[in-house]
Amino acid sequence: MSTQSTIYLDYASTTPVDPRVASKMMEFLTPEGEFGNPASRSHRFGWKADEAVEEARSHVANLVNCDPREIVWTSGATEADNLAIKGVARFYKSKGNHIITSKIEHKAVLDPCRQLEREGFEVTYLDPDEKGVISPNAVKSAIKDNTVLVSIMHINNELGTLNDIAKIAEVTRENKIFFHVDAAQSTGKVEIDLEKTSVDLMSFSAHKTYGPKGVGALYVRRKPRVRLEALIHGGGHERGMRSGTLATHQIVGMGEAFRLAHKEMKEDHKKISKYHEKFLKKVKEIDHVYINGDLNNKVPNILNISFNFVEGESLIMGLKDIAVSSGSACTSASLEPSYVLRALGRKDELAHSSIRFSFGRFTNDNDVNSTLDILGNVVHRLRELSPLWEMHLDGIDLDTVEWNAH
Amino acid sequence: MAYSKKVVDKFENTLNNPEAFKVGRFDPKDANVGTGMVGAPACGDVMKLQIKCEPKGNTHVIKDVKFKTYGCGSAIASSSELVEMLIGKTLEEAKAIKNVEIVDALELPPIKIHCSVLAEDSIRQAIEDYEAKQ
Repeated sequence: MSTQSTIYLDYASTTPVDPRVASKMMEFLTPEGEFGNPASRSHRFGWKADEAVEEARSHVANLVNCDPREIVWTSGATEADNLAIKGVARFYKSKGNHIITSKIEHKAVLDPCRQLEREGFEVTYLDPDEKGVISPNAVKSAIKDNTVLVSIMHINNELGTLNDIAKIAEVTRENKIFFHVDAAQSTGKVEIDLEKTSVDLMSFSAHKTYGPKGVGALYVRRKPRVRLEALIHGGGHERGMRSGTLATHQIVGMGEAFRLAHKEMKEDHKKISKYHEKFLKKVKEIDHVYINGDLNNKVPNILNISFNFVEGESLIMGLKDIAVSSGSACTSASLEPSYVLRALGRKDELAHSSIRFSFGRFTNDNDVNSTLDILGNVVHRLRELSPLWEMHLDGIDLDTVEWNAH
Repeated sequence: MAYSKKVVDKFENTLNNPEAFKVGRFDPKDANVGTGMVGAPACGDVMKLQIKCEPKGNTHVIKDVKFKTYGCGSAIASSSELVEMLIGKTLEEAKAIKNVEIVDALELPPIKIHCSVLAEDSIRQAIEDYEAKQ
């Protein structure tokens, strides 16, 4: 997919709304549409909206095989993560105050954990292995008597690597600890079966799966029951877990997007796997390229590559007609390189040199071919500009150089 | 991050036409050449600047410059901008160049001022290296 001749390869950041989803959403906005408040019990406007919300809820539940009553609407995965982590920790604080998470979680998990530390909770941040995977054993050995919650992501947003949440869930269930999973990157990419997997809470986002921004959901298990303290009060919607008038059109959009994801997952996967393979084959022809993450244990829609001796932001600028993202410090406000790549033990310079390509439903042959044509050329030209490449060609080991750092 | 058009143009021109924009190297052992290299790969930028000078009166003049930069787009643009300022300058004039001149010329955003400081340091180092050889 491309607009104004810019190729979009940043689907892990967000996806466009599927036109079928957008047209469905339009039915719930205008005077001619079903604009009612789903909480209005006294007239058909309310009933119709409520019907649509419940239908959407069942589409979401159907994709991950759970009971629709276990789905709580939120404003997105960030809110779902906050609600799960802060909600459970605060509700069960008399039982214990220790939480286990990992160093490669999304900020929507790490920041609520930091907040809980300020409130007196203790948090263990697990290291991933060098491929970016959190092992069930690492979780097991971090458990203490006062552990109440484990929060580990399903698919890492930078690397695409998969954690074995079913195995981790066995560990947490055995130890009677709640297990939250951030699955923002998972829906429509891999199968999730919450009936078979003992996950207690799971966060979802609509806009990573061709739905609209501004809506997400939290799965909250009923058996065994998980309770949580609400973050937002006022009206008691969503069984008191998340008050606020439901955004019918957003929710309908998420429902439709997840319905399509269920229907088209195999097809999407097949197409994207083909692009992944092609991309990988071609990129490997470039010297000194490192794939970050685990090629044998990842989703094909995300490909994170470090081009040694080239800085990531300059590469993005060189690829000016291609939308991708980078682990380079220079593209972030903090000036720190990707904490995820650093947690893998990658050298900082490789973190600075990384680019994340992510493919999606609307990626086509032309997008992939054009990108591959440009990529090798830009990497080559930036290396011609790079003193590090020159030193490398001269046979200098960059690790032995005494740098005049700033 | 939104760069000014000047940064983007400078970066692209340098990338597309490296020779015209003085990308390259001189033999660092040459007595007429001064080399400065600042930054570190772990920090995300390394600038290497080389000046080729000639004595003129009681001073020396920069006749030619070569550079290579590993870094973000604005680091590359900043080096390229500096290089343009240097040719024909005496060492004293070159030493007087301040990073704000690069900031102004490229309209660098505040978070990228670091890049211009790096450029300023690279010329100082290159001059020191050259002077030590004389």
